[in-house]
Order: sequence, then structure tokens, then C-alpha cells
Amino acid sequence: MLNKRKILAGFVHIGLFLTIVTGCGRNDGRIINHSDTNEVTVTILFDSQIEQDGIRAVAADIEKKYNIKTEIETRPTGVEGHEIIKTRLATGDMTDLVFYNSGSLVQALNPEENFVDLKNEPFMKDVLEPFKKSVMVNGKVFGAPVGNAFAGGWLYNKKVYKELGLSIPKTWNELMANSEKIKGAGKTAVIGTYKEQWTSQLIVLADNHNVIAEYPTFAEDLTSHKVNIATTPTALRSFEKLSEVYQKGYLNSDFQSASINDGLKMLAEGTGVQYPYMSKGLMEIAKQYPDQMNDIGFFPQPGDNPDSNGLTIFMPAAIYVNKNTQNLEAAKKWVEYFISPEGVKTYQANKTPIGPLPLKGVNVPDHVMPAVKDILTYFESEKVTPALEFLSPLKGPNLPQITTKVGSGTISAQQGAQLYDQDLEIQAKQLGLKGW
Amino acid sequence: MNKLANKTYTYYFLLPAGIVYFVFFLLPTIMSLFFSMTWWTLTDWKFIGFENFVTFLTEPSLNIGFKNTLIYAVVTSGLKVIIGLLLGVFLSSKLKTVGFIRSMVFFPTLLSTIAVGIAFTMMMHPSQGIINIVLSGLGIVGPDWLGDTKIALLSVALVDVWKGIGMATVIFIAGIMSIPEDYYEALMMDGGNAWHKFKSIILPLSRPAMNTVIILSFIGGLRSFDLIWTMTKGGPGFSTDLIASIIYKQYQAGFFGLSTAGNVILFILVSALAFPLYAYLNKKEVDL
Repeated sequence: MLNKRKILAGFVHIGLFLTIVTGCGRNDGRIINHSDTNEVTVTILFDSQIEQDGIRAVAADIEKKYNIKTEIETRPTGVEGHEIIKTRLATGDMTDLVFYNSGSLVQALNPEENFVDLKNEPFMKDVLEPFKKSVMVNGKVFGAPVGNAFAGGWLYNKKVYKELGLSIPKTWNELMANSEKIKGAGKTAVIGTYKEQWTSQLIVLADNHNVIAEYPTFAEDLTSHKVNIATTPTALRSFEKLSEVYQKGYLNSDFQSASINDGLKMLAEGTGVQYPYMSKGLMEIAKQYPDQMNDIGFFPQPGDNPDSNGLTIFMPAAIYVNKNTQNLEAAKKWVEYFISPEGVKTYQANKTPIGPLPLKGVNVPDHVMPAVKDILTYFESEKVTPALEFLSPLKGPNLPQITTKVGSGTISAQQGAQLYDQDLEIQAKQLGLKGW
Repeated sequence: MNKLANKTYTYYFLLPAGIVYFVFFLLPTIMSLFFSMTWWTLTDWKFIGFENFVTFLTEPSLNIGFKNTLIYAVVTSGLKVIIGLLLGVFLSSKLKTVGFIRSMVFFPTLLSTIAVGIAFTMMMHPSQGIINIVLSGLGIVGPDWLGDTKIALLSVALVDVWKGIGMATVIFIAGIMSIPEDYYEALMMDGGNAWHKFKSIILPLSRPAMNTVIILSFIGGLRSFDLIWTMTKGGPGFSTDLIASIIYKQYQAGFFGLSTAGNVILFILVSALAFPLYAYLNKKEVDL
């Protein structure tokens, strides 16, 4: 009897011991089954929504050229994806290469701890400076660009503009005058698609060129908390513009529940004439409304001074190298080929380019949509400013909700800007910025 | 045999369950209490006392959730009790098709909340949704169910009621069925009508069932998340943000300490409301 008990107790002990050991142990040792020592496999993680054909084509090239295999993993898009990346970085379970946003979002990932500094890599010399700035922390450069830059601004229906005898507005007042005429003609002057709440931010975000033109150090001053948005008239103006569009009744009646697809449909069909959005909407237009593609044009959000008219741009996503990678050389080679002229050519095959790449020596082909030509003119004359989130690590997570409220008249521009200041304060404290 | 071993060996058999309970329930609770008082990035943390709680309770974008959550919980649990009781009375009668109707009422409970949310979001579209198309056929201009900040929260609450009513009804049916026939016979002897039957027998004697429904649906309403997130994501603006959806957004933004503080607050809130409610309802129960 005693023996049996002892044996049983022994089993229980062993069982518990095993539970604890396996529970706390971390499986760090990856099983490496290289049959051929020359063959390396690089793992790569990207957003499942992005266009993958180009990346897969590049990966095939790399395998042929360097005998580096690529293993692709995908993640959900948007904030859920952001969480996955954070968690995987924190638990040391990240792929060798990571595709992710540039700008303020990547700052939140603590790049200095998690990614390899690419500043001194020879292949980075072709990357243009504005892009480098968007992936830079303390002078270190962490990413290489994926694809083209986007523009934030107003898509418009050229046909209706012609019918009504309107010209491209160079100031906000001209834009409002145009809208009044469009409204008078019985059409929707400004398309709102607040079902996808983030689209309500565009009037504020795309105004950054005008803000910086009037107040060149605004981004730095905001980051160091020298100024707030609500108390800086130039920055507050962006919220006022958003509010004005609603107050004057220019929006479609169902702007609260219309989706991006509804908005693009209105624009293509000409029932809605102006749509504050991003140039990536042009890809969808090219896909869904190829016949109307040439009716769509683009102009930047105008400011109050016609002389400083220019474009707010959003940097492309970037490719980062995991600091804990065991295939550092192969991963770097992957990136090098990806941004080489040859790699870019493979990546862009069968694609409608909708903006310029931030790489030297890579040009956009001539056969682009008219709206893209509109955008490129601004790039060529260098009248561009990156959006605020590429100049400052700050971008309050509640901006979409706040702009929805301002843009639907629930609160005033002033109240919205104050709310956003509070939102920034929470974020700045979380990021541990100085001066907050 | 050793006397001590004789006394303590039985506890060894509690250990496996005890360890599971400790590792998966107690430890996370203690850890979340701790991390709610830190600035936390998953890899690094700094103790900051009650600052997260102060932020959570004072920021307008965060504390709007308290009001909405209470409205949501009261509306959903109230409607579930009233409609569930009526349906329960109706479906515990001796109707021929009662089995069929019972399954019809219970059916929504079996559906995935996400699927229900997506389906109703489409049906509630102001111009293309079937609800407003039907209403306009009747000559009524339907509202923008999910786009109007004044009614969006109630629209979602109604969908929640539709989905949860089956469970409430089933609990009520069980409660009503367990009332002994003797009471009805006594009532017939005294010449009571159907209203008396409902008021004097069914209502007081199905009290345990009602209390279960109130408690379950009230707690469910307080911590509701999935339906709101599928249908409105807390929008338009913050008008349908519940505590749970706000916490989720803080996690998404990477504010781990802050969102953990939100979870602790939600835990305290649910306990502070549910326990007194439970005690109060139990006191009012009558013995059969």
C-alpha cells in the first residue's frame, strides 16, 4: 500500500516537474534542415492584402540568381497586423525580413532594438533622402522602400469639371467656390466615405504641405511639445477645412455609411465630383472602371496662399531586416536585389504605376493614367511635403474617430483639435517622448 | 507510516488542478494588476503608479465608454427579460407548432456573432439595406441606423437582443415549466383568469429564471465587444464605443499598460454592479 502511494506520488511529482519545465521553456532552437550548405531560406512576412505577384516574382528571381529560397508568411492588414508584428518581435519569433509601414507607425516598433541599421549598406545610396527620413531613428536608417509613394489630395471628375467650366483650385476658397457650383448643378460636391473611418482623416492629413509651407518647423515643434494643434492657427485650419465641407452641405447624404467603393463609384460615374482621398484609389478605378479611367484627375489640397500650392505625399511601406536573423547576409542580399533597377522592374511588371519610387535612377513609365501624370508634375517640380506622420513619430490612434466627429458636425473644429491634442499626449507619453 | 505524510498526501491530488488554476487564472490576474500600473511595451516596463487609471478615467475619448456600456447593458438585458418572458409564456403553452416556433426563436443564438453583425450591417444600410427598403415601401423614411450618432448604439443593442433572445426564452420556458400544476388548479378553483395566472403565478414563481436572465444578460452587456466591433468599430466617432472596444483600441495602438488598466477598471465595474444586483435579486426570490 505504502509503496503504491509512494510510486503514485512520484509520478505526480515528475508530471508536475515536466509541466513546469515545458511550460516555461522557450523553443529557441529552430530546426535547420539544410541538405545543401549553399542553400539558404529567407523567411519574409507581409500584409495579406498587398499585391503579392510582384514580390513572388522577385523571390523567384532571387532563388535563381543567388540560390536563396524565400518562404512567405502573411499577416492580417491594419492594426491587427501591427499587433502581430509587435508580438512576434517581442517574443523573438520574427521572420528574417518584414514588410511594414514607414513613418510614425514603425517608430512604435522600437526599430533600434528590433531591426538592422542599413545606413552604411552600399545599396542604400540610391534611396532618396525623404524616404530615408521616414525610416530613420537617431540617424540610423532601417528600411528600404517597397513600391511607389502615394499622394494624399483630391481626386476629381474632369468631365464634370469641364461641363461646369471649372478650373483646378489653387486656394481653399477657390475649391469652396467650385463646390458651391457643383452643388448648384445638383451633384455631390465632396464625397465622404466615413464607413471606412480612416478616410475621414484625409482633409486633415493632406493639408500638411500647407501647414509646413506656413510653419516649416511645425513637425519638430509638435514632437517636442512646444506647440499644440488647437492653439496653432495653421494646424487648426486643417480641422476647420474638414468642418467647413460638412457645414456647407457639400457631402453626399449618406456619407456616414458610404464605403470607399461607393465613393469611387460616385466619382467614376460623375454623380460625385471631388473626393478627398489617396492616389491608391486610382488603382481601384483602373481595375473597376477602366472606361472612366481617363475622366479622373487629381489635385493637391489647396491652402490659403496660391504661391505655395503643393502636394502632401505618403511614403511607401518599407522592408526591414530582423536584428535577430540567422541569415543576415542572405537577407541583405534579398533587399539589395529588391531595390535594384532589375528587381524593381520585376516587381513592377504588369502593374499600373500610380506614383514615383523613392529610388534614384528608377523612372515611371510613360503609359500612366492622367491622374498619375497630375501627381508626377508635382514630384518633378519638387513641390511635395511628406505627411505629418512621416515627419514626426506622433500620430494619435483616435484621429479617425475625431475627424469623423468633426467631419459630421458632431463637434467643432476647435473641439476636435483639442481632442486630438489629448490623444497625442497619451501617445507621446506611451512613446516616452521628451517634453510631454 | 509517517503521520505528516498521511495528513498531507491528499493535497498532492489537488496540485495539478491547483497549478493549472494558478498559472492560467491567478497569475494573469496578479500580473495584470501589476502591469496596469506600469508603462509597458511588452519587452520593457516602468512603474508609474495610478497614472494609467487617471488617464483612463479623465480622457473624454476613453471614459465615454462608461456611459455607453451602461446604456447598452441596461437596454439589452431589459429587453431580453421583457421579450424573453412574453415569448416564454407563449411558448410554454400547448400550441401545436410550439416545437417549431421554439427552434425558430432559438436559432439566432446558434449563429456566429460576427456573421450576424455583418449581415445586419448590410441590412441596416440607409439606402441599400433591406430594412429601409421595406420601410420606404410602407411610406416611412428609415433612419441611418448605424450612421446616426443618436441611434447607432440602440441599433446594435437591438441586434444583440435579437441574437440573445433565444437563450433568455429557453431559460424562461424551463422556469415556467417547473411550476407545479397544483397552483394552476388552485387558481381555477378560485376562478382566476389568464391575467391572474400570469400575474400571481407565473411572474413570481419564474423569478429564479428571471434573475438568471437578468444577471447573465447584464454581465454579457457590460463586457460586450464582438457585435459592436463588427458593426460600427465604436463609430461614428466615439458614439458606440464600449469599455471593451476602447480597451481593444488601446491595445491596437500599443498602449499596453493603459489598456490593461482599462481591463482592471472593467473588472471592478462588472463586479461592483453584478454582485449587489445578484444579492438584491436573490433576496426577492420566493420559495416554492
